[in-house]
Amino acid sequence: MNNIRKSLTVLALACALFILLGCERHSTDEAATEKGVGYITVKGSDTMVHLLSTWAEDFMRSHPQAEVSITGGGSGTGIAALINGTTDLCATSRPMMEKETQLAAAKGVQPREFIVGRDGIAIIVNPQNPVTGLTMLQLKKIFTGAVTNWQEVGGQDRPILVFSRESSSGTYVFFQEHVLAKADYTQRARLLPGTSAVVQGVAADSGAIGYVGLGFAEHGEGIKTVLVAVDDEGRPVAPSEESVRSGDYPIARPLYLYTKGAPTGLVKEFLDFAMGVAGQKIVKETGYVPM
Amino acid sequence: MWKDKVIHLLLVGTASTSILIVLLIFLFLGKEAGSFIFEPGLKELFDRSWIPVSFVRERFGLLPLLSGSAVVTAIAMVTTVPISVLAAVYIAEVARPTEREILKPFIEILAGIPSVVLGFFGLIVLAPLIKELFGLSSGLNALTGGILLALMAVPTVVTISEDAIMSVPFSYKNASLALGASELQTIWKVTVPAALPGIIAAIMLGVGRVIGETMAVLMVTGNSALITLNPLSPVRTMTATIAAEMGEVPIGSVHYQALFCIGITLLIITFLLNVVARVVLNKYGMKK
Repeated sequence: MNNIRKSLTVLALACALFILLGCERHSTDEAATEKGVGYITVKGSDTMVHLLSTWAEDFMRSHPQAEVSITGGGSGTGIAALINGTTDLCATSRPMMEKETQLAAAKGVQPREFIVGRDGIAIIVNPQNPVTGLTMLQLKKIFTGAVTNWQEVGGQDRPILVFSRESSSGTYVFFQEHVLAKADYTQRARLLPGTSAVVQGVAADSGAIGYVGLGFAEHGEGIKTVLVAVDDEGRPVAPSEESVRSGDYPIARPLYLYTKGAPTGLVKEFLDFAMGVAGQKIVKETGYVPM
Repeated sequence: MWKDKVIHLLLVGTASTSILIVLLIFLFLGKEAGSFIFEPGLKELFDRSWIPVSFVRERFGLLPLLSGSAVVTAIAMVTTVPISVLAAVYIAEVARPTEREILKPFIEILAGIPSVVLGFFGLIVLAPLIKELFGLSSGLNALTGGILLALMAVPTVVTISEDAIMSVPFSYKNASLALGASELQTIWKVTVPAALPGIIAAIMLGVGRVIGETMAVLMVTGNSALITLNPLSPVRTMTATIAAEMGEVPIGSVHYQALFCIGITLLIITFLLNVVARVVLNKYGMKK
């Protein structure tokens, strides 16, 4: 009996110890004292995760004593993390909103904005869909639910199935602001967690429409990208590197990195790398448009 | 001896951690959701739309989410209850020992499958099947979610129902058999009615399990915040909303508080279900 009690006590103590150890946190602030040494975290846009991790790999190869950790979750997640002080850098596919800037100021964080590349948002439909081009107004009507049948935009008599990203996505907010002119999405839109889920959803149904980053549209299988025109008179433009850079393609956006205050130490080194020649080459390689 | 006392105290402490944790969770949820009551006010939760990110007006109505959870849960229970209760009756009363040895571990394995794996199965296998079967444009809807959740509820309902049936005193059955009733008559007229409170409790715990499930529903229900009772419509459940949006919100914003309000609603629902299940079990002396 005594023995059982003893071992139980040890067990309880061990549990307590584990809990205490769990509380210890990885400090990120004291890093970056020495050049090229330390640990930084980058959090944010799911669209940019692939780009960021390629940057991080290359950066860590040239800075063997540095460690860069990349997490996705969405632009909103990244900004929230920057404001809450749990990340050094945040990557977003939309600029910070007024509300977020105020919240950051309230918490004593002064975010600095850096544009590190550009991205076009491609509109994708099922390959069986005969529609080849849409205007911005038609897109707005489709995604706000004013138009619910492909017939109304020059297609077959088939209901339109709208796929969108979840509201935590930077693409969601950007699309809402620029294509929907700040109107709300149709309540019938299916919100999917992740770009690949959108690609899969569109590939599965002949009446589906969705939006994804340029890089995903080029590599996605079973989908077709639609040309987009500014208005009825405008020339329909295919999303491509050239059309995004020249500004001909109407649904394009800058990609941002945000820092807490002026960048210093390793954070600055990482930023310089990303915006430098090698970094911009990676931007191009991962399907985005360099500056 | 003081040493015994200290150790006793320590053990009581470790044993009551779960009580403490539940209390702390209630406190924490209340604290985080707190100021929603004053600004924008509880009335906002009764709005008919859930539009947390908007340039026009953010709306935090829980009704679409409640209806989403209700539809999915109802489908899951309608599917799972007949199967699970019959399975429990079979395992407890009819099955030979060898059959029982095979059936029980498999049901327990079902309980151990991570919900994200089931969700993936739903996305790849079940959703296209449902789409074909009903001639829909997409298989991401309440029905697909409900069927997946039914699978997850099976182990809970079977195990507890079986316990309830097993704990019916042998004297009841013997008396019934002695009066000339057949095996089947005894099961349906004596054993199952006697175990009914336990079976009802099992079903309620099953509902609790289903309503709290997150990952699988997030993956297959389409997540459109609609107020609907149509099983073939996409729905957005309370759990999926929290999971999908919690990562994004700045701490302390109205949206953040609204998500905690969902959490509290969910906690109250599951808490009540558990309490009712316990009361039913205790009242009819089914407690072990």
